[in-house]
Amino acid sequence: MDFLSPDTWAGALAAKAARPEAVPVMGGTDVMVELNLGRRRPHALLDLTRVPELARWGAEDGYTRVGAGVSYTRLVERVGSRAPALAAAARSVASPQIRNRGSVGGNLGGASPAGDCHPPLLAAGALVELASAAGVRRVPASEFYLGPGRTVRREDELVAAVLVPEPRGPQVFAKVGPRNAMVIAVVSFALALDVAARRAGTGIGSAGPTPLRARAAEEFLAREFDWAGGADPSPEAARRFGDLVAGAARPIDDVRGSAAYRRHALAVLARRAWARCAAEVRGGGV
Amino acid sequence: MHADITLTVDGRRHQLRVDTRTTLLDALREDLGVTAPKKGCDHGQCGSCTVLLNGRRVVTCLVLAVAGDGAEVVTAAGLAEGGDLHPMQEAFMDHDAFQCGYCTPGQICSAVGMLDEAAAGWPSAATPPRASAEGAVAELDDTEIRERMSGNLCRCGAYAGIVSAIGDAARRTHAAAASGIPRPAREGGRR
Ligand SMILES: Cc1cc2nc3c(=O)[nH]c(=O)nc-3n(C[C@H](O)[C@H](O)[C@H](O)COP(=O)(O)OP(=O)(O)OC[C@H]3O[C@@H](n4cnc5c(N)ncnc54)[C@H](O)[C@@H]3O)c2cc1C
Ligand code: FES
Ligand code: FES
Repeated sequence: MDFLSPDTWAGALAAKAARPEAVPVMGGTDVMVELNLGRRRPHALLDLTRVPELARWGAEDGYTRVGAGVSYTRLVERVGSRAPALAAAARSVASPQIRNRGSVGGNLGGASPAGDCHPPLLAAGALVELASAAGVRRVPASEFYLGPGRTVRREDELVAAVLVPEPRGPQVFAKVGPRNAMVIAVVSFALALDVAARRAGTGIGSAGPTPLRARAAEEFLAREFDWAGGADPSPEAARRFGDLVAGAARPIDDVRGSAAYRRHALAVLARRAWARCAAEVRGGGV
Repeated sequence: MHADITLTVDGRRHQLRVDTRTTLLDALREDLGVTAPKKGCDHGQCGSCTVLLNGRRVVTCLVLAVAGDGAEVVTAAGLAEGGDLHPMQEAFMDHDAFQCGYCTPGQICSAVGMLDEAAAGWPSAATPPRASAEGAVAELDDTEIRERMSGNLCRCGAYAGIVSAIGDAARRTHAAAASGIPRPAREGGRR
């Protein structure tokens, strides 16, 4: 197995252009499991850990740009308040040891429907920056995912970064799993509110072939949310919101849970997310 | 394909030739005979292969040895200073924090890395949002310790002892830092 280890971003893109079949590896927390289990036998690995550009983050035109190689630990520590839902998801990934290595770029590269980064990226309206030797493009997260493990990223492209809009209101991420740590989500849900524009963004994880937005639920919440006072929803409105979120999901029965359970759990998470956002608006913490 | 790499393990520099598929865990155990890190699962779930890699706790079964070229590795066996056990090791002894001992080297490395992370103000999923926004991680109570040690499993179920040992070591380290006694150096230079 060839091991390519460029130490610049330009070098990484050139290597990917020359060997499009080379499997990128950042933290290795997905790739190494596949190698150790013998599920994957690549001819070449493209190690990205020595590319300094990928480990950078910073503000950029109303967005926070997070390099694809920023570890979850770093993300929580450094970017936390600028991307609250993403940071909340990052805190819940796997275990501390894995968070010290694993990255958002790896989560997007693998594009598991259960990946924890996807719902917050969808809810916040983030962009995914893709780069190849031929150029750079930015794709809205809502257009990035095509199917389980499939995205619009071409073989010669790498994920360079995600761009998360600066928060304009409360953001929440929640997931359901059998225990707190080291669980792949049975379902997950993110909600991000833009208080000034009176808009809501949602993201659903682990309940469909791709991460999903619940657009009807977003429109409903934009109308029903008490933007000025942060009053709790009526039970009927909360139930309706939960139903709209659950209705947007396309879950299946699998080892982690049944489709029916997933719908039920999503509705519960959605109602709670509304209540938490309302409380934050009331508390003036926005 | 093979690659020549350099690893500093518990203060000793090694040059070795590895297959590019070799994990850091296998390079340590099979090539260098460093058996403190254990192979419990080989896919990142049990934490028994935890070491400090350039000062951060990681699971070595998910790191390629080639990717670790030039790195500094500290295993549980390298934490002791000469004849003196590391305070975390002492605390594990004092609190009977193990039964068969298989998970212990990983637990101890993880705990040492965890105290550094907490001292640096890194929040955990158990830290209240407001406290973590202010970068203030108040106290490592049992809930914090359990959450922060959630990457290490113990099949003997010695968790009660493990949690109290870590709490005790945290207080000792804290007291030592407050009284100006230097903390034992963790990286490099010994042996
Ligand atoms: C025990 C365990 C528990 C886990 N728990 C969770 C969990 O709770 N939630 C969760 O979401 N995930 C979980 N994971 C999966 C994994 O940790 C995450 O998906 C992580 O984000 C992967 O990041 P990485 O940098 O380690 O990726 P890698 O393993 O390095 O790469 C992952 C994939 O992305 C590709 N890739 C990497 N970087 C790039 C790039 N820059 N451009 C293009 N492609 C790229 C790789 O080729 C590969 O296909 C868990 C894994 C383990 C082993
Ligand atoms: S052997 Fe590495 S985590 Fe289990
Ligand atoms: S002491 Fe036996 S596994 Fe922990």
